[in-house]
Amino acid sequence: MITTSVESQAELTEAERLQAMQLEHVWREPSGVVGWFKAAHHTTIGKRYFVTAMLFFLIGGLLAGVMRLQLAFPEAHFLSNDKYNQFFTMHGSTMMFLFAVPMMFETFSVYLVPLMVGTRNIAFPRLNAYSYYLYAFGGLMFYVAFLCNTGADRGWFSYVPLAGPDYGPGKRPDFWAQLITFTEVSALAVAVEIIVTVFRLRAPGMSLKRIPIFVWGQVVVAFMVIFALPGIVLSSTMLLLDRTCGTQFFNPAVGGDVLLYQHLFWWFGHPEVYLIFIPGTAIISTIVTTFSRRHVFGYLVLVLALVATGFMAFGLWVHHMFATGIPQIAESYFTAASMMIAIPTGAQIFCWIATMATGKVVLRTPMWWAIGFSFTFIMGGMTGIFVASVPVDLQVHDTYFVVAHFHYVLIGGAVFPLFGAISYWFPKVTGRMMSERLGQLSFWLFFIGFNVTFFPMHLVGIRGMPRRVYTYPPNMGWTRLNQVESVGYVLLFVAVLILLWNMIKSARSGVIAGPNPWSAGTLEWATTSPPPHYNFLHLPTVNGREALWDAAPNQPVVVGLAEDARSFLTTRTLDAEPDGRDEFPAPSIWPFWAAAATSLAFVASIFTPWGITLGSIPIAITMIGWFWPDRQPAERRRAREIWPSE
Amino acid sequence: MAERVDRAVLDVSKLTTVGFGMHSMTWWGIMGMMAIEGTVFLLMIASYFYLHSRSVEWPPHRNPPDLFWGTLNLGLFLVSAIPSEWYRRRARKGDVRAVQIGLVAVSLFGIANIVIRYFELLHLNTDWSIDAYGSAVWTLMGLHVLHLLTDVVDTVVLTILFFTSLVEGKRFQDAEENAAYWYFVVGFWIPIYLVIYWAPRWLHA
Amino acid sequence: MMLAAVPGFDGNQTALNPVGPGAAHIEFEFSLIFWITTAVYCIVLLTLVISIARKRHSLSVIPSPIPTTPESDRTARRSVAAAMIATIVLLFVMLVGSFETSRALGSMNPGNAVPIDVYGHQWWWEVQYPNDEAYKTVVTANEIHVPVGVPIRIHGTSRDVIHSFWAPNVQGKRDLMPGYETEVLMQVDQPGRWRGQCAEYCGEQHAHMSFYIVGESKEQFTQWLSDQAQSAVPPSTPQAAHGQQVFLTHACVLCHTIRGTPAGSRVGPDLTHVASRATIAAGELPNTIGNLGGWIMNAQAIKPGCRMPPNQLPGSDLQDLLAYLETLK
Repeated sequence: MITTSVESQAELTEAERLQAMQLEHVWREPSGVVGWFKAAHHTTIGKRYFVTAMLFFLIGGLLAGVMRLQLAFPEAHFLSNDKYNQFFTMHGSTMMFLFAVPMMFETFSVYLVPLMVGTRNIAFPRLNAYSYYLYAFGGLMFYVAFLCNTGADRGWFSYVPLAGPDYGPGKRPDFWAQLITFTEVSALAVAVEIIVTVFRLRAPGMSLKRIPIFVWGQVVVAFMVIFALPGIVLSSTMLLLDRTCGTQFFNPAVGGDVLLYQHLFWWFGHPEVYLIFIPGTAIISTIVTTFSRRHVFGYLVLVLALVATGFMAFGLWVHHMFATGIPQIAESYFTAASMMIAIPTGAQIFCWIATMATGKVVLRTPMWWAIGFSFTFIMGGMTGIFVASVPVDLQVHDTYFVVAHFHYVLIGGAVFPLFGAISYWFPKVTGRMMSERLGQLSFWLFFIGFNVTFFPMHLVGIRGMPRRVYTYPPNMGWTRLNQVESVGYVLLFVAVLILLWNMIKSARSGVIAGPNPWSAGTLEWATTSPPPHYNFLHLPTVNGREALWDAAPNQPVVVGLAEDARSFLTTRTLDAEPDGRDEFPAPSIWPFWAAAATSLAFVASIFTPWGITLGSIPIAITMIGWFWPDRQPAERRRAREIWPSE
Repeated sequence: MAERVDRAVLDVSKLTTVGFGMHSMTWWGIMGMMAIEGTVFLLMIASYFYLHSRSVEWPPHRNPPDLFWGTLNLGLFLVSAIPSEWYRRRARKGDVRAVQIGLVAVSLFGIANIVIRYFELLHLNTDWSIDAYGSAVWTLMGLHVLHLLTDVVDTVVLTILFFTSLVEGKRFQDAEENAAYWYFVVGFWIPIYLVIYWAPRWLHA
Repeated sequence: MMLAAVPGFDGNQTALNPVGPGAAHIEFEFSLIFWITTAVYCIVLLTLVISIARKRHSLSVIPSPIPTTPESDRTARRSVAAAMIATIVLLFVMLVGSFETSRALGSMNPGNAVPIDVYGHQWWWEVQYPNDEAYKTVVTANEIHVPVGVPIRIHGTSRDVIHSFWAPNVQGKRDLMPGYETEVLMQVDQPGRWRGQCAEYCGEQHAHMSFYIVGESKEQFTQWLSDQAQSAVPPSTPQAAHGQQVFLTHACVLCHTIRGTPAGSRVGPDLTHVASRATIAAGELPNTIGNLGGWIMNAQAIKPGCRMPPNQLPGSDLQDLLAYLETLK
């Protein structure tokens, strides 16, 4: 029984129409150029994240194209060795730090989670804006450096001593390390926002076992971000300190250790790939549910699998270091753990198949991408078993075999779900449907192109081709395979172009979508497409896991929040019973200034230690400005306060 | 205009607008920050011990940090918990005067901690550029210094705010959370103090 | 067996053509995982495709959501449980296989292994055959001769950044890291030249840092070793003598050793027996007069960023130098 709160403007009563106008007035985003920098609504920031992350995806893809051109011919010289080393480092760093996590975690959670839990905005909206600006500034800095021939060139993980003061002259690794600082602060901020949003802002009735799987996935990722990112915070800080301040963390001559860097990096680095993959599974769960027309099979198993994956991801990191000669007992443990993580992942896959096998499967573009995900990601999972085994890893580590493995799991596990998610939620964000025809075309081209490009890499790696080589000798038996891979790139390029064209054309002239074109069950579909800035005319309550499918005939809506301020409702963490009322802050320019001050300090500290010490002063000033309360709202709130009766 | 059946409603107009602890949004934000920074501290401590495991002599060729200033600071930190806890409880009751006094007190403690911290740094008996031990000691200290400085600045700003007419329920929430964060800074000093000052003495086998 | 899966090539620098027990043990585990994962992949994807084909709803209107019945879910529960059990069992099989392989690799007898020291440099391999009698220690570069059928104990570290010593026909790779001394056992059972390459990104010329393991009979190896231990033959022709002069009076002596001459620098490869090596530039170029001449004149054109500066020698000097170097067999 599907009931949505508002079908279209025509169905509103007079009272509701007035209410909508009032909410629109209170929640409107500031206009004008300056206004653009003050925006603090999660849908606005979410869209900005999307556009920026998409831009970095395209740039990273173009870098890969030039790499494929270089590798299509043995001993080619389109790129010098120096340029190629910058290209592959920029490609990896862009894809991992500027595209994958910002897109899969930040974009999707920021835009969708507040809608899916039924509230009006994300927790800490100004922090959300700050996190976006910091991300954008960091990416900008990284590419300005690249355009000045100071692009990072030590690999996306930038191992020492190669990236250290002795062997990495100039500023290239410093820009890499500082990129980390920008993107890590950004991700950590969003992680805290998501956890608080999900813990405190859920619609009444959305108990733990009624939280959408998508939201569970993003919460698990948020917790992982909090505990994983500190690893790279430390490793990149130590790298910067060694390079700029003379510390000796990685200098073996005076007690330093090169493996300290690797342990700290991979403590972050392994969970990082799950930060990218888990949102992918969250998207697939959502798409499979909607397009199988039934509640997903095995909700509890899926949630436990997500949580288990989150925990286990922290216990695998040494599998990136098998070639360093670790003790046998460590080898055995990390092999076992790396294989065992296939169990919760397998559980999810089996639950999805069971959902499809017992539902009614509707094949639209999002579902095709979910199918493509299955073919691609599962292949990557299979090659993961190869690299989990120490002896086999010692042959395939640092070869094109592992390059194939991680592209299968990352493109399979993130990009396929991403493209599915785009076609699924595009109607919600823009109000128009994407073209099915172009969607099918881009899917098949991408699927074929992906396999043509990356499958041969398994073979050429097994034939001995190491990774991160700017060229190779002609008589190794690698040439033909490399050429096939480079041809595959062309297919991928065309597929992405068609996808972009589909998005642009559909945004302008696609079929009007309405609030719920897929007849889906989660709360984002209970409002107009696109959502107004207040998200919902009536804040919903919830009666089941698929809020719209399980709604009672007269499902209550929330009333009693002040209508002349950005009010919201907080609910209890476990059972989502109503708890208190609070107010979101007004849009503000301070997050932008604070991000500018922070960026200035970060960039300056690449060049001088005074960057941090003196740079902290503008940061302090802007942060104080940010938190300093405004008189009128303070007085308004004080007049209406209700304290707890302790 | 549509025919509308009367909609069932859930009326929340009587709910509180001020909440402490788990009922405050920013409390959760502060807890999140503590989780993040706590993990950074723990990983830094782990790095310290990792470097120790790779060394023969610890500290290499020099004396461990002098005990006096660090232990003095530890004592001062622990004593500062008294006014801190006092104003935290009064904040929950909305007692402006008590919070003002408490915040001033804790600000003064904080400034004293910073001054003593300066002397601590002068008596670490090592430099960050000499060897990995020196780098580890200075970085671990440096992380705590960063937290101490930012928390004292936060506290001073909040103190000033409490003497303006902008005080409302939210600010009492801020006061409680400020106390909680101060506990974090103090609380993490205990293991860091033990690692910097005592680990080299205990591990010196 | 696995070579069948990867059509037609000569089998050098590949893990699928093991020439020693190390790579052979690994190839077994590789095959085990390959066949199991291929079967699992096919079964799972087939199930997916069949499920979709059977349950596909072909009208253009999206149907209402169907309520879930305990009955439909019972079958699903059983199937998922069965799939989980199968997954766990198969994972254990592959895990045990991995442990067994590791154990087999670890049980190679180090007893009377030939010790060889390998030092990673940017971008070449320093190779030493230590001897209790110091004057018998052999120092060479990029070409590692080993007796067939005898265990070899490679002892390695790096002189600068992290490198990785990897000859896939023989054994898995091992990282060479500054501050760490590592040991790995290997054995070559088939005579031949087996190519290896650095497998850890080490900077500008990581792509051009190869080496060869030359497996030969015990007699040939012993002969080779004692030849290599000799100092350089004094030049016997005037051209070679002049060539030696060129060597000793130019930048060469700043980096290279030729034992038996005053040149003793350890920055670059030892050239005492450079003419006995089949390749130059860390396995990248065949050791011919032309290549050697080109390398000496401008190594930067071949390996840009490498540590050897160009040497603009007049033609006659170059010819004489090459004549001299040719005598260093």
